[in-house]
Amino acid sequence: MSVKFVVGYDGSQASEGAIRFAIAQAKSCNAVLVVAHVLEWSPYSFLTPTEIEERHKRRNEELKRAEQALIGPLIAKIKSEHAEVESVIRYGNIVDTLMSISADCGADQIFIGRTGHSSLSTRVFGSVAGSLAQHADVPVTIVP
Amino acid sequence: MQTIRKAALGAAALVLSAGPTVAQSIDEQVNALFSSSTGWFVSLIFSPFPGTSFPWIVAWLVVAATIFTVYFGVIQFRAFGHAISLVKGDYSDPNDAGEVSHFQALATALSGTVGLGNIAGVAVAVGIGGPGATFWMILAGLMGMASKFTECTLGVKYRNEYADGTVSGGPMYYITKGFAERGVPGGKILAVLFAIFCILGALGGGNMFQANQAHQQIAGIVGDYPGWITGIIFAGVVFAVIIGGLQSIASVTEKVVPFMGILYVLAALVIILMNVDKVGWAFGQIFEGAFTGLGIAGGFVGALIQGFKRAAFSNEAGVGSAAIAHSAVRTKEPITEGVVSLLEPFIDTVVICTMTALVIIITQQLVIDPATGNYLVENGSIVTASGASGVGLTSAAFGSAFSWFPYVLAVAVILFAFSTMISWSYYGLKAWTYLFGEGKSKEIVFKVIFCIFVVIGAAANLGPVIDFSDAAIFAMAVVNIIGLYVLMPVVKREMISYMERLKSGEIRKFKSH
Repeated sequence: MSVKFVVGYDGSQASEGAIRFAIAQAKSCNAVLVVAHVLEWSPYSFLTPTEIEERHKRRNEELKRAEQALIGPLIAKIKSEHAEVESVIRYGNIVDTLMSISADCGADQIFIGRTGHSSLSTRVFGSVAGSLAQHADVPVTIVP
Repeated sequence: MQTIRKAALGAAALVLSAGPTVAQSIDEQVNALFSSSTGWFVSLIFSPFPGTSFPWIVAWLVVAATIFTVYFGVIQFRAFGHAISLVKGDYSDPNDAGEVSHFQALATALSGTVGLGNIAGVAVAVGIGGPGATFWMILAGLMGMASKFTECTLGVKYRNEYADGTVSGGPMYYITKGFAERGVPGGKILAVLFAIFCILGALGGGNMFQANQAHQQIAGIVGDYPGWITGIIFAGVVFAVIIGGLQSIASVTEKVVPFMGILYVLAALVIILMNVDKVGWAFGQIFEGAFTGLGIAGGFVGALIQGFKRAAFSNEAGVGSAAIAHSAVRTKEPITEGVVSLLEPFIDTVVICTMTALVIIITQQLVIDPATGNYLVENGSIVTASGASGVGLTSAAFGSAFSWFPYVLAVAVILFAFSTMISWSYYGLKAWTYLFGEGKSKEIVFKVIFCIFVVIGAAANLGPVIDFSDAAIFAMAVVNIIGLYVLMPVVKREMISYMERLKSGEIRKFKSH
C-alpha cells in the first residue's frame, strides 16, 4: 500500500504553503496526496424557514463553487508536477472532518497551514492546527 | 423600495402631526371595522354543540388527537427516545452534512410555535379557566404529539421537489396528491380551502395576535400610546426581512429566540424552586380545578375548553402549519421527520406552557375568595392580584419574584412575536403560491398584505383579534384533519415498515456513541 498524505486546504496563504511543503514531501517518498477542503457547518445552528427551503440548493452551489474555484484549479496545478493526487470536499467541523477524512483514506500524515482563515473565535478557543495536533491519530505537520 | 419607505415615513409623520385624539380614534375605527367584519366567521368556528357550551371545534381536535394516539399505538411514547437520538444526529449520514439536519428543522418549527401562545395564551387560559385549565392543556399537549407526527410525516412524503433543489410541502400538497393516489375525490377543493384558511391564519394568529401582544407589552413599560405606531415599526422590520431580503435580521432572531426560550424556562424553574413549599398546593389546585372548576365560569367544562383551546393554539398540532416547516428537510424516510416533530408539542405545551401556568398559580396572581376557597370571578374571568390579563398577567407573575423580569420578558415577547411572524409569513406565502402560482410579483403582493396586517393587529383591541386568530387557525385544522383521516393508513404503512427496519438493524446509527 502506498503512503498517503492528507493536506488541509482553504485557499489561504498558509494552506498554499502547506500544499507546497506536502508536495515536496510526497515526491520524496512517492506518496499519494489527498487535498481536503472542509466547509464549516454545524447541524445545530439555527436557520430561518426560507433558509431551510433553499438549503439543498445552496449546498449544491457551495460544493460547485468550491470544486470549480478552489479545488479544481489546484488539483490541475498539482497534477502538472506530481501525478498522485486526490481531492475531498466535505461539510462539518474542520478539525473533526479532517480527522475523519484521514481515517477514511488511511492517511499516514496530515499537513496543515498554521493559520488558515482564522477568526476571533479561533484566537479564543484555539486554532484548527493546534486542536488537530492534539487530537489526530496520525502525525500532524504544521506548516508555518 | 426607497420610495416606498419614504412614502410610508411621510404618511406616518402626517398622522403623527394630527395629534393623539385623531390617533386614538383610528385605533377605535380599526377595531370596530375589524370586529364587525370577522364576527360571523368567529361564531361559526366556535359555535357550541346544541344545548351545551362546548365548542364543536375543540372536540374535533381532541377526538382527532385521541384517534391518532390509538391508531398509531401511542407513538408519542414509543418513539420518544428515538426522536431524541434522531435530533442528536445519531442516524444522520455524515455524507449528508451541509443539508438541513433534524435538529434545525425542529428548532425552526419550534420558533414558529413557541411564542406568545406560551406566555400570553396560557395566561388567558388560566385567567378564564382557572388552574384546572393547565391539566387539560397538558393532556391535550400529550395527545397532540400524535397529530403532529401524522401531519409531518405526510408533509415530507408528498412534498414537491423542484429542479433547482428547493421544496414546497404542507397539507395543500399532501391533500391533493395523497387523495389522488388513494382515489378519494375532493382533494383539490379541500387543499384550496386549506390554503385560504392558512392565509387567514397567517394574517391572524401568525401576525395580528403577535403584533397586538407585542404592543401591549411595550405599552406596559413605556406607557400607553396608540397601537398603530408599534404596528408601523414592526411592519417596517418585517418588510425589511421578507421583502427587502434582509435574512440576516431573521437569522439573528432565530439565534436569540432559543436562548430566550431557555432563559424563560430557567427563570420559571427558579421561581418554582423559590416557592417549593407551594408546589404541592399548586398541583392540588390544578387537579381539583380540572374536575370542579373551583368557581370559574362554566365549571370544569370551562376549564377543559380553555385548556384544550390554548394547547391547540400554542402547539398547532393538527393545524397543519408544522407540516409546511418540516417538509423541507432532506430525508429518505418521511417517518423520521414525523418522529422528530412529535417533540414539538411536548416542548411547547408540556414543558413551556406548564411552566408559565405554574408560575402564575404559585405566585398567587389569581385572587381566591377566602370565604369559599373558590376563585373570585368578574365578567367571566378570574380577578387577578395586579388587575392584568394576557401577557400582563404573566409579566406580573414573573415580576413578583424578580422585579427586573418584566423587561426581559418584554424583549422576549417582542422577539418571539417577530420570529413567529417570520415563520407564519412563510406558511402564508406557501399557501398563497399554492393558490396563485410561484412568481416574484405574486409573492410580493402577499408580503405587502402581510405587512399591512401587522399595523391593523397592533391597533385593534385584544378581544376581536384573539377571537379571529383562533378562528382562522382552527379553520385550518378542520380541513387538515379530514386530510389526516383519509391519509393515516399511508402513515401507518410507513411507520410499520420503518419500525421493522429499525428493529432488524437495517437502519442503524452512524455514530457509535
